[in-house]
Amino acid sequence: MENEGKEKEAKTVTEVNLKEDFQASGVADILAELDKSLIGLKPVKTRIKETASLLLVDKAREKLGLVNESPTLHMSFSGNPGTGKTTVALKMANLLFRLGYVRKGHLVTVTRDDLVGQYIGHTAPKTKEVLKKAMGGVLFIDEAYYLYRPENERDYGQEAIEILLQVMENNRDDLVVILAGYKDKMDKFFESNPGFRSRIAHHIEFPDYSHNELLEIAEVMVASMNYEFNEESKKAMAEYIKIRKKQPHFANARSIRNAIDRARLRQANRVFNNSEGPVGASFLSQIEDVDIRQSRVFSGGIDK
Amino acid sequence: MRVTQGTFSFLPDFTDQQIHEQVQYCIDNGWAVSIEYTDDPHPRNTYWEMWGHPMFDNPDAAAVVYELNECRKVYGSYYIRIIAFDSSPGWESIRLSFIVNRPADEPGFKLSRTEVKGRNIQYSITPYSSDKPQGSRYK
Ligand SMILES: Nc1ncnc2c1ncn2[C@@H]1O[C@H](COP(=O)(O)OP(=O)(O)O)[C@@H](O)[C@H]1O
Ligand SMILES: [Mg+2]
Repeated sequence: MENEGKEKEAKTVTEVNLKEDFQASGVADILAELDKSLIGLKPVKTRIKETASLLLVDKAREKLGLVNESPTLHMSFSGNPGTGKTTVALKMANLLFRLGYVRKGHLVTVTRDDLVGQYIGHTAPKTKEVLKKAMGGVLFIDEAYYLYRPENERDYGQEAIEILLQVMENNRDDLVVILAGYKDKMDKFFESNPGFRSRIAHHIEFPDYSHNELLEIAEVMVASMNYEFNEESKKAMAEYIKIRKKQPHFANARSIRNAIDRARLRQANRVFNNSEGPVGASFLSQIEDVDIRQSRVFSGGIDK
Repeated sequence: MRVTQGTFSFLPDFTDQQIHEQVQYCIDNGWAVSIEYTDDPHPRNTYWEMWGHPMFDNPDAAAVVYELNECRKVYGSYYIRIIAFDSSPGWESIRLSFIVNRPADEPGFKLSRTEVKGRNIQYSITPYSSDKPQGSRYK
């Protein structure tokens, strides 16, 4: 131990190569992967790149002895359901791991029910268990604002909030917390919980997807499952999106995923009923426009 | 008298960073780590009180150091140790155990000799601290 310490001292760093660090850490790969695998989300991608550069430079400065305080990394992701918050959190965990800000890089996803107990004395151990599991990685609290219920004075959520705040402050090197949820509810939550507001350094907003982006997402999803659209079925999908987007409970990319899952069901049915004799891969991977047009959405109904 | 027992008994007390690294070694080996405390330092006192459950599913040692500090808040004047259990042989076997907290003042042990039949001597040791009842030994 002592020898190691001396060796480190002897090798005082006087120069760093940012480009080399960028490549070596694998951050470049993650950012490229993020760009490729996620459609749209321009502002989110820009923010993540900026954050990554900031953290990379911070690490470099630390190596040169220019900083000693570890930066606050807790974040908030706000946006409607299905805009990619959970997906990006997973990438963020990996990014922070590659940059050396968390030791393990795993993501623990929870909601109020995982943190808050049912009776007195139940909440603290529950919250602590979750926090311990997340140490070394990232804790993602979905719909974080449900922790705070001002209408009930004795709500156990308050206890969870206090423990969270304490650990977010005292164990900054041990875990990163990401709070997620609808934009307006998050704003209100931060307004009434200054403790959280002051501990969160990065606010990232997830915009709704445009019609074209949703269609592109549909194509990416279909391709990733080894299916394909033809011209007609792509047109049907585009029309589906147009109608579905205006319906209640529309959840961006998640609604697209659900629509595709149902189209695959109908496709399987159709393929099975129509096949006689041997069939090839292309027959089994084509999504026809009937597979989509049979959706209730086209006859005035609502898809979940 | 400084009580020593367990895996690193010949080393000076660990810092929290060193505890973290040892615990990480245990976790990376798939061992369950637990925290125990006592105010009875007799070497034959093998069963100490458990602080919470053994930890099976925390990938990072910070979780154990966190609990250790919680335990210190309550039993900071007691002996606290960390134990790692390995269940791979088919039963829980202790792989490693080391003291991570001790009372500020350790009065040591009284050695008594009892002469028995044939001028033989029986020895026994008693911690001076156990004169007092459990719970009021180290303040
Ligand atoms: N930009 C995107 N490109 C491709 N797929 C996406 C994109 N955004 C979200 N998805 C997919 O949509 C689904 C819902 O995303 P998720 O991250 O769970 O959203 P949120 O957490 O905001 O509700 C997931 O299956 C995800 O893979
Ligand atoms: Mg989500």
